Parts: sequence; C-alpha cells; structure tokens
Amino acid sequence: MTAVEIELSGIDKVFPTPEGDIHALATTSLSINAGEFLVLLGSSGCGKTTLLRLIAGLVRPTNGQIRIGGRDLWPGKSRNRQAIQDMGIVFQEANLFPWLTIEKNISLPLSLKGASKSVLRETTRRLTKLVGIEGFERRWPRELSGGMRQRAAIARALSYDPQILLMDEPFGALDAMTRESMNLELQRIWMATQRTVVLVTHSIAEAVFLADRIVLLSPRPGRIDTVIDVPFERERDVRLQTSGEFQKIIRLLRDRLEHA
Amino acid sequence: MVHGVSETPSRGGEKPRKRLLMPWTACSTILLLAIFLGAWEAYVRFFGVSSLILPPPSAVVGGLIVMVGETETWNHVWVTVYETVLGFFFATVIGISLGAVLGKILWLEKTLNPFIIATQVVPKVALVPLFVVWFGFGPSSKVIVSAVLAFFPIFTNTLLGVKSVDTGHREVMRSLNASRWHTFWRLELPSALPYVLTGMEIGVVLAIIGAVVGEYLGGNAGLGHMAVAAMNAYQTNQLFAVIILLTGLGFSFYVTITALRRLIVPWHESVFVNRDQG
Repeated sequence: MTAVEIELSGIDKVFPTPEGDIHALATTSLSINAGEFLVLLGSSGCGKTTLLRLIAGLVRPTNGQIRIGGRDLWPGKSRNRQAIQDMGIVFQEANLFPWLTIEKNISLPLSLKGASKSVLRETTRRLTKLVGIEGFERRWPRELSGGMRQRAAIARALSYDPQILLMDEPFGALDAMTRESMNLELQRIWMATQRTVVLVTHSIAEAVFLADRIVLLSPRPGRIDTVIDVPFERERDVRLQTSGEFQKIIRLLRDRLEHA
Repeated sequence: MVHGVSETPSRGGEKPRKRLLMPWTACSTILLLAIFLGAWEAYVRFFGVSSLILPPPSAVVGGLIVMVGETETWNHVWVTVYETVLGFFFATVIGISLGAVLGKILWLEKTLNPFIIATQVVPKVALVPLFVVWFGFGPSSKVIVSAVLAFFPIFTNTLLGVKSVDTGHREVMRSLNASRWHTFWRLELPSALPYVLTGMEIGVVLAIIGAVVGEYLGGNAGLGHMAVAAMNAYQTNQLFAVIILLTGLGFSFYVTITALRRLIVPWHESVFVNRDQG
C-alpha cells in the first residue's frame, strides 16, 4: 500500500517585491506516499518552509499543480476546502489561543466543525493522553512550558483526524534535551496514528533519526538537491544516534549541504 | 517582566512572600493618608488660612456628613450616575462597533482617518455650550458630552485590538478552513478584548468628567451643579465634599471595569500580574 498522498507536479514559487522578484522555489516535483515520514532538510533560505506552506495551501504556487489525496489543491481561484480538511499543521510556534484553556485549544478545530460536547470531551481525553499532557486540560497556555505547549499544538493538529500532519520546525524553539524527548514522542505518535508526516527541520540528526526519506534542499533558488532513504528499523531509540551507520548518513548529508 | 512570567510554568513558590508583604503596604498607605491630612489640618490652623480658600479636613468631613444625610444630595448623585452610565453605554456600543468595522475594512479606515484625528484633537469640552444649545439643559446634553469624551479611547483601542491579531493565530484559523464569522467570533473578538477593556477603563473616567463638565455649564441637577452651587455660596468645604463624592463615584466605576476585566479576560497578562500582587 504505497498510495501517493501528496503530489507536487512542476510547482515553483516567486514572491514579487518592489526590489524585484524573489525566486523562493525552483520548479519542483515530488511524490509523498501515504503513511510516510518525510523530512524536508536544508539550511535557512532554502525554501523548505515555503515548500511546506505550499503543501498546506497557505500560499499558492506560481506554476504547477498540487494534489492532496488525489484532489487538486487550487482548482480555481480559491483553495479546495476539502483538500485542506485532510491536513493538520504544527507551526514553529505553538500558536495556542491564550484565551482558551488547553482542552479548548485542542478541541477548537472540532468545535468549529460543530461537533457535540461529548465528542469534544472524548477527543481531548484521548489526545492529551497521546501527547502526554494529561492533568493540564484546564490550564491556560501561558501556564505551560514551551515543550508542553508544542505537545498541545500537536494534539490540536491531530484532533480532527487528518491523514496528513505538516510540521514546520516544530521543536526549533526548544532546548536540546526537550527536543530529543519530543522526537521520541513524535515517532511514537506517528507509529500509533499511522499518518503521513512532512516535517521541516534544519537539524541533520533530527532528520536522520525521524525520517523514512529525507529531501535535502539547496538554496537560491530553493530546489531539491538529494533524496535519501533512511533504512533504520522502527522503533528507533536514542542509542541509534551513536551507531556507525547513523553517523555515515549524517556525514553524507553534511557533505551534500556544504556543496549545495 | 511579562515575558519572564510566561516562561515559568508554576509560580506557587512566590505567593507566601507576597502575602506577607500585603498588610505592610496597606498600613503604609493609611499612614501616608493620615500624615497628609494631619499636615493639612495643622497648616490651615497655624497659618490661619481662610476656610473660603482652603477649609481644614475636619470641616470638609463635617460638610460631607451633612451632605450625605440629605436626600437632595442623593438625587444629584443619581443624576450624575445616570448620565455617566448612559453616556458610557453609548460610547462603548458605538466605539466597539466602529472600531471593529474600521479595523476590518482598511480602505474605510484610511478614508475616515483624517476626520477621526480631527475630531480627536478638537478640544471637545469647548463644544459643550454647543451641545447645551442643541440638546437643552436637561440630562440629554450631559449624556452626549459624556459619550463623546468616552468614545475615543474605546474606539481607538478596539481598532488597535482588531488590527493586532497575531499572524500565527490567523494562520491556524486559515489552515482550519474557518469561516469569516468564526474567525471574527473565535479569534478577532477575544484577541481584541484586552484592548477594548483598556479603552473602557480610560473611557469610564472620561465619561464622568463629561457628565460633570456638562453639569457645570448648564442645568440644575447633578454633582457638577452641586459643585458650582457650593462655590457660588462660598461654601468651599462643601465643594471639597462634592469632590470627594465624585472621586468615590469615579473609583467605583473604575473598580467595576477592572472587575469586568478579571471576569472577561482572566487569561490575559494584565490580570495574571494583578492577581499575584493582590
């Protein structure tokens, strides 16, 4: 079952500015399979976030076509609302609404869809357990640490059961220790939910640890440089990072990044 | 400071120390007031200041007690309260609606901006005689002065609030396919509320000023009228007593809005900080 979930055909993105056009992403084609954990890796300015925002439908490609679960994302002037429904997004910042408690934040997407109170309660109960923030349901976001807030944001993105989870450097603002444990959590959540994940990062180690497949991007304009399959078995644990095979892939990617 | 607080998950450990500080701050406030009143009384007595110019606190308190005992006074208080509340109500409704609409419609805001600035810089108190000519000596002219003064801070703060919605929060709503109505109701409105309440806190004080200034210049009711009457009768101690009543009135209005803030935006930084100090 390797159905294509996300298909990018010949897309590119130009941001027009008064000082001239910025070519953020050169013509790119990429297929992402259902259930795959794909990592977009690159240094800053390589267009990895632009690529993710294109998939998310937050910006429109200048040329080319994006299909999500077979549906054209931009069939006409506006976004295909149904194609968006299948995607949950986790941003660099948790972006929780400060006026909602953690549970209300998590159930916001379902409440916008008009789900019943019992469904909301059941979903928050299940998700706070999944992401490991039980007992904090009634707290304000500001009362939680950065890592906990990001967990809540992941729960919010999973709440309406999207097929695809898009993550834009979700742990970039966290310290190294928290980040490592969040990576383990994310792997566990991914294995438990069997979703397609597209994660953007500039950390090579994070990419190798999490990904089934790494898409390395190079800058100016952003384009796909290399695509690497990561062969390690699941479930991966932290000791993997010290193995020779792991280090070999890291070296390979570092070389490519320097040449790019 | 606010950012530091947000990074700390629990601040339970700081509370006992702050509680201990409380009685001391309360004591020093009372002590300071006692010293101030004592110095005032002493100054008036030793230097034989005419009570027409500065009555001693004892005379002011005496005047206040007499005043509070008369039903006539409470009728005046009621008139001022009525004008202030009504004026503030109109200012709030119009200020919030206009602020929200202009915050959403950029071209309209740009078109109306010069007019808004012009009406804001014009000394509105100078318009009071005009309002009296237009709307008579009754309470309606005072309600209007009160509403006009209170309107601007509420309006400008609402406008600012609606325009200050976090980009990240907007993208969350966009990625969730939220309708315009949902975006307004679930994001823009709650996000603007702390700003609106700040506007209302400033506005309510201005609403009282508006009502009182209106009463100074026309009519025969309200605390403003009482102040003028006391002055004309050379009863300076009664004038001071009226000022105390007005201060009490202003204080209760302000406290009401602050309580409203705790009720409506318990999640906001302003409330968090206050809660820890109080």
